[in-house]
Amino acid sequence: MRYTVGIDLGSTTTKAVVLDEGGEILGRGITNSRSNYDVACQVALGEALINTRFSMVESGLAESGIAAEQRKSLLVGLGSAFREQQYLAQLAVLERELAKLVEAASDPSLVAIVAAIIDEMRAESRSLYAAGARRKSDFFRDLAGSRYLALAETKSKESGTSFDRLVGLFDKAILAVENTPSERDSFGVHAEAAIASLSESAAELSAAVRRAAGTELEQVSSVGTGYGRQRLPFPKSQIRSEILCHGLGAHAMFPETRTVLDIGGQDTKAIQVDERGIVTSFQMNDRCAAGCGRYLGYIADEMNLGLHELGPLAEQATRTVRINSTCTVFAGAELRERLSLGEKREDILAGLHRAIILRAMSLLARSGGIENEFTFTGGVAKNPAAVDALSKLVKENYGELTINISPDSIYTGALGAALFALRDSHHGEEVRASA
Amino acid sequence: MAKAIAMEKDDSQLRQKQMIAEHFDRLAAAPDTGDKCAYTFVPGNLTELLRSFDVLPVLPEINALQAGMRGKSREYISIAEKLGHSEDVCTYVKCDMGMLKSGNIGPTGQRLPDPDLLLLSYTGCFTFMKWFEILGREYHCPVVMLHVPYQGDGAITDSMRDYVVEQLERKVIPMLEQVTGKSYDEDRLSECLAKSAKAEDDLVAVLESAKHTPSPIDAYFGGVYYIGPIFTAFRGTDEAIDYYKSLRSEVEQRLAAGKGPVTPAGEIEERYRIVVEGPPNWTNFREFWQMFAEEGAVVVASTYTKVGGVYDNGFRHDPSRPLETLAEYCMGCYTNLNMPSRAGMLAKYVTDYNADGFLINSIKSCNSFSAGQLLLLREVERRTGKPGGFIETDLVDPRYFSASNVKNRLESYFQMIEQKRSGG
Repeated sequence: MRYTVGIDLGSTTTKAVVLDEGGEILGRGITNSRSNYDVACQVALGEALINTRFSMVESGLAESGIAAEQRKSLLVGLGSAFREQQYLAQLAVLERELAKLVEAASDPSLVAIVAAIIDEMRAESRSLYAAGARRKSDFFRDLAGSRYLALAETKSKESGTSFDRLVGLFDKAILAVENTPSERDSFGVHAEAAIASLSESAAELSAAVRRAAGTELEQVSSVGTGYGRQRLPFPKSQIRSEILCHGLGAHAMFPETRTVLDIGGQDTKAIQVDERGIVTSFQMNDRCAAGCGRYLGYIADEMNLGLHELGPLAEQATRTVRINSTCTVFAGAELRERLSLGEKREDILAGLHRAIILRAMSLLARSGGIENEFTFTGGVAKNPAAVDALSKLVKENYGELTINISPDSIYTGALGAALFALRDSHHGEEVRASA
Repeated sequence: MAKAIAMEKDDSQLRQKQMIAEHFDRLAAAPDTGDKCAYTFVPGNLTELLRSFDVLPVLPEINALQAGMRGKSREYISIAEKLGHSEDVCTYVKCDMGMLKSGNIGPTGQRLPDPDLLLLSYTGCFTFMKWFEILGREYHCPVVMLHVPYQGDGAITDSMRDYVVEQLERKVIPMLEQVTGKSYDEDRLSECLAKSAKAEDDLVAVLESAKHTPSPIDAYFGGVYYIGPIFTAFRGTDEAIDYYKSLRSEVEQRLAAGKGPVTPAGEIEERYRIVVEGPPNWTNFREFWQMFAEEGAVVVASTYTKVGGVYDNGFRHDPSRPLETLAEYCMGCYTNLNMPSRAGMLAKYVTDYNADGFLINSIKSCNSFSAGQLLLLREVERRTGKPGGFIETDLVDPRYFSASNVKNRLESYFQMIEQKRSGG
């Protein structure tokens, strides 16, 4: 099967979208961006290809005639078990890296402690991926990190070993883990192991998995975008600005889109597009990343919360505390001051969300205002409190407009890039045909 | 620090460097030779009048931008900030203050003479007035102010012209006579003005060569070298006539050979024809230019190359009406035009130079001329239907040049043009 791929290398996450030759989305993949951009791209693409094979399994099952309900349950079960297998594989790499570090430290007491932590993490993996389990993140760094730290704290108390030392080992080892790309075509191996671990399975599922694993996937073209695009292992002709990619991606998701707001990790973009998805004007934040995703990340750290917990907590606000600062660091100070004055966390958070959206409103105004329909993309579009603040301010300033937010909004840039890749491959074929 | 980029230089560029070096030599020698000097501004400069009194001009703006290019401005600005100048003050002013407090060493490494006169030749920028108030206190020398009426209604009226002429007659000329001990010599002034007009003809021909596709010049990054002599100390001199004559012939040769401009990326293939509004960033000048050159973007017209005089609208210094022509020149500088005139000029450039779009480089610390630029962007877009781009940098404060941001925006902008051109 031939495919094209778009990769969006952002400051926080790297996303990949895989399209078939007709432009239909086959799969999406995401990973945290890391110091090694090449690996981040490989991992995102690998994830998107796994997602593609899952789509094949799904259609395989549909063809086999299994009832929809059972199909769904089989797929959910397979998905969780597959993730667990991936987690275990990465845990094995972590174990290996930690062992190297411990050996170099030549401190025999560490060997047993680290081994005990990893053993417990391995034992917990089943519950981590059990049906209905809540995970703060799907990235190995976050998942393994939070468990490792918790276990290290207990072990250091029991054994008298320095907690900081154990944390230091993890910080070093995780870098090596993240920079070790998973085996190519690991889908088949993990999927088989996943099926073996399932309590509920079916011969049809095994057959569909085998078929998906055996399908050859051939990349015909690729386009990279995002903040790190200059570092992508692509020739220059295969690199597009994220402005163009977000414009085209938003147009593909919502063809009536005329204005796009993208709030990413370190930049905010206000983009105007025409009826073909061609960018006509844009504005970006300059010199300062206040009002971007990182602002929320910083606030989450200050409040000792996960990034994804911020929005839901802010949604519980009964009033919006006014936050005046447009500077991320000052907002942190303002947050602490408000807390000390007895304001409720959720009310302050509502104010912080409003503050970042106010910055975006100014950028939108500078780009030429908001035209119907208005599409909101980027990681921050997943945050319900940000969406609420935006909807309110749009209504106040521009009246009743259609605001589009796709659950896959984080993939908008990668989708646009994949569409450019598809055009390039068609163009290449035309050139070849006419030659 | 940005990597130094080796670059082929045109003969004209070497020549103008030589001319400017000689001017600084004369300035450095002034305390010994007894030459008088006046500090003054690029917009509305009265170089011919100064020359007719044998007064040498010193341009603090030029010194500041040169300090920016030589990597000295960061240090100078921090000295000025220690003295109490806020972060929001024009960085030309702060750079100049820092340079003054560091021994007033000019771009060629020689000490600049103290002024005998501060000639505030242009008042459209409020900061200029404050700048010279400060210099007046530092140097205890006479200050003379020429109040230049703003073209608020988009035209120069007779009464505006008379008002400027009257100031020249009653304030500026008597002050020059007092400082130099010489009498005003109108014939000599006219002679200088006739020379100005000659050089202006050649300058216009050089700038308008960019109407050809591909353009033989870059009218912004290359343009700042071309305007150097005529905007600073050389208007009304034989050196300027010679320089612009040879520059014109050099450009005509490039044109005949079908060559594009020489850039930090070498000779480039023209992919985008761009009109630019706003001064360049000086601290990262080469790096900034390279961002254009690498994408094949050639600036075919710019408004910055008109801040020291607009000549492509037909204006020439007229030796038969010396003071009137100086008045018209002062009021006609780009910075003295109102918003509709500026929008009109940009739109005309986009059309006349067959540009793919226009770009605004908005200056963080310039409150006078950055104001209204977004409106300008929308208006020029509306009038021309061509895409506008917007970037923000600063004159000489390196802290406000974020290379990755600027590059990101420029690339996005050029790709946007490409996308529009190819229809999706």
